[in-house]
Order: sequence, then C-alpha cells, then structure tokens
Amino acid sequence: MSKNSSFSISNPDKLKLDTVQKLGLVLALLGLSIIFLAWFGITFPYPTAFLSISILFIFGGTVIYARQTYINQPAGIKNNYVWFNSLSNRGVLGWLLGMVLTLFYVLLYWFPSYLGYDANGVANTGLVALFDPLSLFFKDKIASQWFVYGTLYTLLITSLGVKFMYKYRHNRYQLIRTTVVIISQLLLAYLIPEILEGLNSDLPYFAKDIKNMWPLNYYFFEPWHLDNMRNGGTLGMLYLVMGIFMFLVFTPIITYYVGKRWYCSWVCGCGGLAETAGDSFRQLSSKTVSSWKIERWMIHTVMVLIFIVTAVVLYGYFTNTGEFFGISIYSYFSKPYGFLIGAMFSGVVGVGFYPVLGSRVWCRFGCPLAGYMGLFQRFKSRFRITTNGGQCISCGNCSTYCEQGIDVRAYAQKGENIVRASCVGCGICSAVCPRGVLKLENGPEEGRINPTDVLLGNDVDLMNFVNKKQD
Amino acid sequence: MEHIVIIGNGIAGVTAARHIRKKSDKKITIISEESEYFFSRTALMYVYMGHMKFEHTQPYENWFWKKNKINLKQGFVQQVETTLKRLIFKNGEELQYDKLIIATGSKPNKFGWPGQDLKGVQGLYSKQDLENVSLNAPNNKVCKQAVIVGGGLIGIELAEMLRSRGIPVTFLVRESSFWNGVLPKGESELINKHMIEHHIDLRLSSNLKEIISDESGKVKAIVIEETGEVISCDFVGLTAGVSPNINFIKSSEIEINRGVLVNRFLETNIKDVFAIGDCAEQREAIGERRAIEAVWYTGRMMGETVAQTICGNKIEYKPGHWFNSAKFLDIEYQTYGWVFAKPRENEAHFYWEYSNHKICININYNKTTKQFIGINTFGIRMRHEVFDKWLTEEKTIDFVLENLKEANFDPEFFKKYEQEISAAFKNQLITA
Repeated sequence: MSKNSSFSISNPDKLKLDTVQKLGLVLALLGLSIIFLAWFGITFPYPTAFLSISILFIFGGTVIYARQTYINQPAGIKNNYVWFNSLSNRGVLGWLLGMVLTLFYVLLYWFPSYLGYDANGVANTGLVALFDPLSLFFKDKIASQWFVYGTLYTLLITSLGVKFMYKYRHNRYQLIRTTVVIISQLLLAYLIPEILEGLNSDLPYFAKDIKNMWPLNYYFFEPWHLDNMRNGGTLGMLYLVMGIFMFLVFTPIITYYVGKRWYCSWVCGCGGLAETAGDSFRQLSSKTVSSWKIERWMIHTVMVLIFIVTAVVLYGYFTNTGEFFGISIYSYFSKPYGFLIGAMFSGVVGVGFYPVLGSRVWCRFGCPLAGYMGLFQRFKSRFRITTNGGQCISCGNCSTYCEQGIDVRAYAQKGENIVRASCVGCGICSAVCPRGVLKLENGPEEGRINPTDVLLGNDVDLMNFVNKKQD
Repeated sequence: MEHIVIIGNGIAGVTAARHIRKKSDKKITIISEESEYFFSRTALMYVYMGHMKFEHTQPYENWFWKKNKINLKQGFVQQVETTLKRLIFKNGEELQYDKLIIATGSKPNKFGWPGQDLKGVQGLYSKQDLENVSLNAPNNKVCKQAVIVGGGLIGIELAEMLRSRGIPVTFLVRESSFWNGVLPKGESELINKHMIEHHIDLRLSSNLKEIISDESGKVKAIVIEETGEVISCDFVGLTAGVSPNINFIKSSEIEINRGVLVNRFLETNIKDVFAIGDCAEQREAIGERRAIEAVWYTGRMMGETVAQTICGNKIEYKPGHWFNSAKFLDIEYQTYGWVFAKPRENEAHFYWEYSNHKICININYNKTTKQFIGINTFGIRMRHEVFDKWLTEEKTIDFVLENLKEANFDPEFFKKYEQEISAAFKNQLITA
C-alpha cells in the first residue's frame, strides 16, 4: 500500500445491532414514517391517535436505541466509527439527509401548502393536519406550519438530547448542560409560549419565547410586532420590556461572568438543536485558518446589517412614514433581511446543511446575537478554556470535535488558553481530550490570555527567558 | 546562509525547526521518509478507531511549512558523512548541511522471537504500521483473533483499537500485573480490572515463546512460554517497548550506544551534530530520569532547547519536574514528580481508590520529612502548574492534601473527592 493512501481501506464493516437496538430503531422509524406519509399528502383519519403514536414512537424508539447502545459499554468517549459512518462522514447518507432537510425548510418557509397548510385557516391537510389536534388542545386553533415545526423541533431536541445524555453519562457538565437545553426548549420555547397563546387568544400575536431575543429574533422591533406587543396588554408590555432588558443588560452581564455559553450551548433553541440532533455532525466543521477568516467577516457583517436594518425600521416607526429617504423600509430593509438571513441562512442553510457543513453553520457564520456576545467574550469576560501546562500531545481530538471550527489544538499545544469569540462552551473539547488538558472555567481577567513559547515542564530559566521576550 | 538539516519530522524535530525559525532566518530542511507532513504519532490509534481522519492528526495546515520557509524533503538518509558535512540518501541523492539535528525517534523492539517477521506480525509506531493494522486486521472476519505481546502503553492502545472493531484480543503481559515496573500495585491492578471489563483476555506472567506460520508465511498461531498453550490468531502486535531508530548512523563517526550519545547541550561527539528526542541518549542520566526517554514531552522540550543553542544562545537541556500522562481505555492517567512502582528507602505511598474502582490517586512522600515527591492520578485531572510549583517549593504531603482542591482540573460540576481523600489519609495515620 502506498505511503499516502487515504486509509479508506480501513473502513470496517458495520458492527451488528442487537435485538433491542433494532426494536428501538424500528419504533423510531415507524414514528417517522407517519410524519413522512403525512408529508407526502396522506391526511390521516384519527389524527390524535396517529400523532400520539408518531411522537411516542420517535421518542421511545430513540431512547431505547440510545440506552441499549451506550449503557452496555463502560462509560467513556464514544466516537468509534464516526468517520466510517456514511451519515456522519459526509457520505451518501449524509448528503441525502441534507437534501431532505433542505427541502423541508424550503417548503416550510415558502411553500407551506405542500405541507398541507391551509392559508385560509379552514381545513389543513397532510402533515399540518396531523398536528391539528395538538394545536386545538393548546389554543383552540388548527395548526400552522410553524406549530408543526416547533413541535418537531422540540421532539428532536428532547429525544436526541436523551441520547446525548446516555452517550456522555460519565460527564456531569454534559449531563447538566443537556438537561437545561431540553428544559429550555420544552418549557421556554414550546409549552409556555403555546399555553400563553391559548390563554390570550384574543390578543394580537407577538413572540413569546423570552430567550429568543433580538437580534436573533430579527422582527422584534418591526412595526407590526411592536404594535402587537403594545396592544398585548400587560403580557405584551412585559415581553417588550423584558426583550430590551435581556439584550441590553442581562446578556452582557452574564456573558461577562460565564462567557456566551450560558446562551449558545445552554438555552438557545438553535444551539439546542445543534447540541443534540447536531451532535453527530459536529466534526464536519472546517478548522482551516481561511474559514476562520470568512467566519469573522460574515458574522460581523450580519451583525452590522441587523443593527442598520433595525435602526432604519425604528426610524420609520417613530416618524410613522414607513419610508427612509423616500424608499420603502419594508421592501428594501426588513423583507430582504428576513428572506436572506432569517429564512435562507438561519433556517435552510443553518439546519439543512448539518450533515455537510456541521451543526453550527448559522451560529458560527451568521447569528448576530452570537456575534454580539462574542465581542464581550473576547474582550471583556472571565470565561476561558484553560490549557493544562505542557500536557498536550497534539492529537487533534479537540479540534476535530469542535463544532465551531476552532483549532483548539493550535492553542493547547502552545500551552495557551483558548479565548475565542466564537467558542460556545459546549465542553466537548475538554471531554474528548485523552490527556486532561482542557478545562472550561471562569476566573480573573488577568492572565486569561497567556502567550507562551517554551512550555511548562522545561527548564524554568529557559521558559522565563523565552516567554518574557515576547511581551 | 547557514543550513540547518533535521532528520525526522516528529515532535522533536518539528519543534526544533519552529523555534529556530522564530529566532533566525537560517535555511531549514526537515527530512522524513515516513510522511510528507508532521503528524501526531500519539493520535494514530484514533484514525483506526474512526475518531479522526489521518489529516486531523496533522497539527499544521499544509501551507504552514512554505509560509515559514521550512523545507520538507521526503527521503531516507542512508549515510551521514560528518567530515564533509553531507548526507547520502538511499536513492543516491546528497545534501550538504552546516548543522545537523538527528531526531529520528524510535522503532518497536523485537527480541528475536521465532516468527517475529511473519506476515500479520507488527509493531505500532509509524504511519506505515497503522496502514498495516488496517490491512492485517480490518475487521473481525479477516482477523478472528489477535494477540498482543508486551504490557505497556502502546500495547493497551493497540488492544483498544482492535476491540473497537469487535476483534477478540489476547494480551500477553510478561509481568505479574500490567505495567507494574512503572505503576504501583494499586494502579496496576485497577487497570487490569478495567481491561477485563473491556473484554480483553489478559494473560499475566505470560511470555511469548514463538509465532507459528501457515503455508503462506502468515501468522497462524502463537505459543505461550509458560504453559505451552497454542492460541490461533491472525494478527500479532509486538509492543514490548521501543528503542532508538539509529541504524543509519552506525557507519558514521557519530558515537552511539543504544541511542545517539549527547551531552547536556544535546551535542554529539561531532561538532555541529546534535541529537534530540527518542533517539538521543544522555551520557549521564539527568536526576531520576532514564538516559533515553521515549516520551512526547521530552522530545518537545529537547527541540525547544536545541533551537536556542543553534541560534547562539547556548543552553543546557534541563528538564523540569517529571510529568507524563496516558489514557488506558476510558481511564485517564497523569503523573507529576516521581512515584515508583515500589517505594524506595524512606519513602511511603498513600493510595486512595474510589468505590467505583476507576478513580484513584497515589502520593509518594518522604517518611521522615513528609516531603511530597510525586503523585499518580487516575480518573481525576490535576493542574500541571500547581503540582510543578508544589514540587519546586518542596511542600509536604499534608500541605498537598489540604490544598488538593486547588490542583483539581476536572470539568465543572464533576464530583469532588478531596474530602474523602483527606479523611482516608488521616484515617490511615491513625490505624498505621
């Protein structure tokens, strides 16, 4: 064999599944097949029964499969076969899944009638109709495509979150973090908003996911949304005040103390999906210096864009013209941003491309809220990933499994702490490190960034000599 | 412009090159037969297990070398002519140098076992070795049974690799317990149990007698010395340690013993020829260290040091306090200072093990002065910086146990064991 072969020869056969694993998979696939049949246009009779079966089977099947897969092995890092599996190594299965997801998002945003949504709100069919009973239960209204989306999203985070917890059952940081991710999605993003919606069906609509703040929620300051909150009684005013407070006060303070992870990998919905459903794809993010360069340009451009769009929108709102020097604010500012960034980038590319570009494309290259918190994290925060002296062996597990594409090893092998705007603090680099080199922690700002040259373990005089000369 | 030639693109050679580049604009050439670019040898196992692709083991992107004007040359040096300052390659090419750094690393030991060169018998050190494992043991149909000979760090890694593909592994360990020439009894036995939990067929106090061939010159079985038992197998891993990879130097004027002999400045007996990393042998061992240290970290530190000397800041190789780490299947191991397999004169060990039998620490200290000498930790991460400081300041074991929390490096929210450890130590003093 030639010296530069790609090791493709080492792709081993798949390890066999046992009966319980097969049972779990079959259940989950049965549950999914109901969703797909509905998507293909079949309007199920007894939607309550079919929807319940579908949700229960997807959740139950995933949990059974995950439990059986992980619980019979000693606890530890479970990344065997990741790069041999066609789903997780950008193989045929990965591309197929990417295409299905992308198609779903395109229909969701622009052609909801193909999902069975009735724009007149009279009689849904197909997939959306399947979710009518649940929507009626919450708010006495038949479902919209967004209700379907929210329900499926929550189901995915919950079931694959449980899988993640079995996988990392030896790691309490991951267990606690994932519990919070699941609860945040289930309560803050799904149940509470839907229940509030039901209780206040007479009020105009406004976003009720308290943590989904501007500028991630780009329409927060749009005239219709501001008006709906103002006309939304006490609840509306509360959401208006909280929305501004969260962005302006709460976020900078908490980010100063613990880094942006409190949001990005603990409570955020986009992050929640990436951490659970996206866990199988985290290794696909690009770690090159050039992609880092693109990242910095893109994320900060989007951030500046939304600041400009929002400023113009507010100008139009308070001048009550809807125009900015004679051009329509809706047509030239809000609408293009919503289409290009809100729908295309965060939705279609952000999730649709999971199996191709990794699970954090949106968070890394686009999210303006992540960009905003990243500035605090980089320049004014107590958070860092500490490198443990000279213990790094440059193996590359940390970099490979960084979903944000940070070349963690580049710092660790120099004995430098990792202080990067984009780090979402998922803690996986620390988990997969075989030598105990990385620790996420909050501490004094002094000494947070520590350039070193000669590493700990070598001659003390030499270390002092070389490392001092750098300053 | 002075031409620095480095033979070997492992951690030692590459670290030297990087530091020379930082301090100077000398011409630098790194020679390797094994691979075009530097990769992390310690990560090869993860490629076989599917955690990473081979390119992930390369710490620098391919453009890095050109940008930093470090020439990479693939080739095998056959001869070093020190009088003419010239290298001769296997293909007849020649290369002039002004200063030469030998950083050729190690090769797996073979102790003259009958059948040690059969097909399906190999060590695990180089990129080519990894390719061979992938060929010899691609799955559990081609390789129905594997035998590993030699109970050290590479042996257990190879066992983990093969197990990841469901291949049954029999592990022959010469000693009465895994790696107990280095690890004290408690730690060693903890790893024994962990291997059995991973379904590794561990055979202690077992030596390899011979490897039996089939008609095609491929391994068919092995025989155990002590019992005469014959184990049929399709793969034999020889992991009984490594030794300096210096055959090509034997014909030169450079003085060698087991490795290339160097003084504290990493200079050989020939002017302008240096040796660093696994292949270097100190004329006099430094402190408690061995004369040859085949460890990632010492390779790196020698690279850092020799670069200073070559750039005119002549400096001795003075490694600080000993440290090392490894991972045994799921259990991480770190060590700081010296903990010997058996306490030496006037030393005592304090061993504590958690009830799950996967976490333990062992502290070596002076019985009279109570001075802290070293610590082994399994399943608890500790801060290098803190222990380095405590060793320098010659703290007592009581101080270390009182302040153990400060040294803890486990991820946030992990269970803490300091109180339990401290209580166990006090209890031991009472009962002792």
